[in-house]
Amino acid sequence: MPHRVGRLTFHPAPAPAPHPTVPPAPWKDTEVPLHLALEIDGDGAHPAAWRRAAHAPDTLLTPERVRGVGTIAENAGFTLVTLDDDVLPPGPAPAPVGRIGAVERAAYLAASTSTLGIAPVVSTSYAEPFHTSSQLASLDHISIGRAGWLVAISPAPETARVWGRPPVEGPEAHLREARDSIRASRELWDSWEDDAVIREVATSRYLDRDRLHYIDFTGETFAVKGPAIVPRPPQGQLVVFAPDGLLPAGVADVTLVSRPDPAVLRRADTPLTFAEVELALDTPAGTAADRIADLERHAPWPDRGRLRYTGGADGLVRLLTELTSVVDGVRLHALVLDEDLAVLSRLVLPALRTARVTAAPVPGHSLSTTLGLSRPANRYASAAPTGDAR
Amino acid sequence: MTRTDPADVPFPNAQLHFGVFFQGVNHWTIWSDPASGSQIDPASYRRVAQAAERGLFDAFFLGEGLRLREVDGRIHDLDVAGRPDAITQLAALAAVTDKIGLVSTSNTTFNEPADLARRLSGLDLLSGGRAGWNVVTTDNAWTGANFRRGGYLDHADRYHRAEQFLTVARALWDSWSDGAAASSADAPSWSAPGAVARVREHTTQFDVDLAPTLPRSAQGHPVIFQAGDSAEGRDFAARNADVIFSAHGTDFDDALAFATDLRTRLRAAGRPIDDLRILPGTEIIIGATEEEATEKKRWIRLAQVTPATALNVAGLVWNLDLSDRDADGPLPAEDPVIAENSGAFGSRRIADPRETVARWRAQAEANGWSLRETVIALGPQRGHVGTPAGLAEKFLRFARHGAVDGFNITPYLIPDGLDDIVNLLVPELQERGGYRTEYAGRTLREHLGLREPLTRRTADARTRRAG
Repeated sequence: MPHRVGRLTFHPAPAPAPHPTVPPAPWKDTEVPLHLALEIDGDGAHPAAWRRAAHAPDTLLTPERVRGVGTIAENAGFTLVTLDDDVLPPGPAPAPVGRIGAVERAAYLAASTSTLGIAPVVSTSYAEPFHTSSQLASLDHISIGRAGWLVAISPAPETARVWGRPPVEGPEAHLREARDSIRASRELWDSWEDDAVIREVATSRYLDRDRLHYIDFTGETFAVKGPAIVPRPPQGQLVVFAPDGLLPAGVADVTLVSRPDPAVLRRADTPLTFAEVELALDTPAGTAADRIADLERHAPWPDRGRLRYTGGADGLVRLLTELTSVVDGVRLHALVLDEDLAVLSRLVLPALRTARVTAAPVPGHSLSTTLGLSRPANRYASAAPTGDAR
Repeated sequence: MTRTDPADVPFPNAQLHFGVFFQGVNHWTIWSDPASGSQIDPASYRRVAQAAERGLFDAFFLGEGLRLREVDGRIHDLDVAGRPDAITQLAALAAVTDKIGLVSTSNTTFNEPADLARRLSGLDLLSGGRAGWNVVTTDNAWTGANFRRGGYLDHADRYHRAEQFLTVARALWDSWSDGAAASSADAPSWSAPGAVARVREHTTQFDVDLAPTLPRSAQGHPVIFQAGDSAEGRDFAARNADVIFSAHGTDFDDALAFATDLRTRLRAAGRPIDDLRILPGTEIIIGATEEEATEKKRWIRLAQVTPATALNVAGLVWNLDLSDRDADGPLPAEDPVIAENSGAFGSRRIADPRETVARWRAQAEANGWSLRETVIALGPQRGHVGTPAGLAEKFLRFARHGAVDGFNITPYLIPDGLDDIVNLLVPELQERGGYRTEYAGRTLREHLGLREPLTRRTADARTRRAG
């Protein structure tokens, strides 16, 4: 079946040329045409991926697993990884039912890596926005500016019973909580100016309290006084990723679109747009089709409406190269991480790098710098310092 | 100082356990020193945790404050401030340490059990069984202003909620059978049928129903720390805690009285007296000689209690804004103002300000002290000062009499403030047989010599074995 990619039609047949070349070209205000994200939760995108994983189920919920997958993604040159999460189990049995919280995994991974961007999923439906904001700001400090936030909602009614809270009823209400939670977080991240810590020995002042701000945020269902208990994140604001249609304009930085169709892309009003791409690659252990068939014996691979690529590495390289003309980045969802990530690492990313379609993050760059986003000014920033007036 | 004859003491084989408390608030952390590092840079946290691990400490401990401190309705600007979220920071430290326990102070008033228990479980798994939880409560609307749930609990309800919170958390931590996840990808199901029990808890504070997503760690449950000092707080600790982080570690008699009281309460709660570790918070100032240590203490106190800080501390006693006074002058002539505690940090906390002021006046007059000198001499006191050998003898006396099990040490300087303790004090303690020479275990529970948690599952297993 051919894939439709916006105005393009793509046939994932084996490519005739082993090394497709694309002329290097600047794209928007970023250094490379395509940013590559990888979703690393669990064992892969297929509910039965654990059956083909290179490890036993009882070693999934371990630090070695988190570090292992994350460092392979960093070594491969990915721009960032995302970590899916929910308080509900990831799947019903016989699928995996265990998952370590994404923020905790992200923090562990931040201390185990040096250039990789790291964006955990944090759902906004029931969490305390003040805690969410503090956790994510801390992740940005820990990673020295490599943190993002993949916003999610928790529409399943049983989520309310996990939290012991009254249910958030209806899609509108979940969108409202997402919007207000992000706005409150963004105000909290700005509630310390970058230079709030003055350490002025002459006056015994550690802080300049005029550079700290009560946000007095009032959303529809909650209010937050502020200021934050964590200093402003190194990036100023974390890079906020959100699925298409979740948020009103001007709230997120990156929209994730399932299908890069022109109508969807026109709708995305964030600085950057990433396409969601599911993939199954030919590997030494079996062709993509055989591997899918093997897993389909256990469970179907649900259609989430995302672009799906099945085939050899060369074809994926061509697909991703084609996508540079319609989106700023892609987020890859591998059938089985332990199998497909090796092919991505050995064949796909090197070919894209060689062709300058993508590039590994530069050491010392923040995630927002890597993505070509400018560091946001602080909404509360005061005018020039007033010297000894205070 | 003479060496204690081990035969004369109730606990001759007592071993000292050290934790380090990276405090991030209070004037005890000196920020004016050129060697004072960042309070937020991850390198500072790594440096302190790795120094503590080199010193074979049991735990690295982080506090939590859910609202920035204020004095007279304004953000308090004299002390270090701005801390990372504790569990998030500790999950990062789990990646760069191997043995040391990682203890998070986390609030039961402004969290929900399923979420917090899961975060702590995650830390426990990522650290290989090294997580601890210092259970704290909040009883004021001032902090609630940052939260969805807002409001506050009165003093009694906050302990009800904390205790029910712990009950729910423990049920969540027990929900997975050992070996719940399959040991082979060929298993019929990722988890054994029935291996994950649903948790349904309905109490006055909580109504939850869920399938938890995490197994038990290598230490079973995170180790529970508690710091309450009221009668109610002590009873709460006696019923629930593995470690009490007390404020009774400076004076020997006071420490022993506290420990004795705790053991009485522990027995009343039906627990053996060795079920709880007592680790008072303390500062330790080390010098090569007693004179050097005393001189070091003098400059440390002057750096901690700056003129502005002296006026602030006195302002809390008088309940007056004294910031325009002269700290090097006499004590304020006014009487203290008696007012209700608003809950805000920096509001009045002195039990009897009139008595305190009268005592300060008498002492200042007798010694010719300025206000600042009075605050240094009579303000909040803490810590131990001495030579490595002298302190080793002193601490072993505390431990061998059962007054403490060790100390949770607050360095006055970040990130290098632990170095003297690790390099000078620890070897003296080791030489006297009162401190480990290597980590014998892997988990925080093992470091502290605690039993595995008596849980529903272990109770069931024991019943099965007995039957």
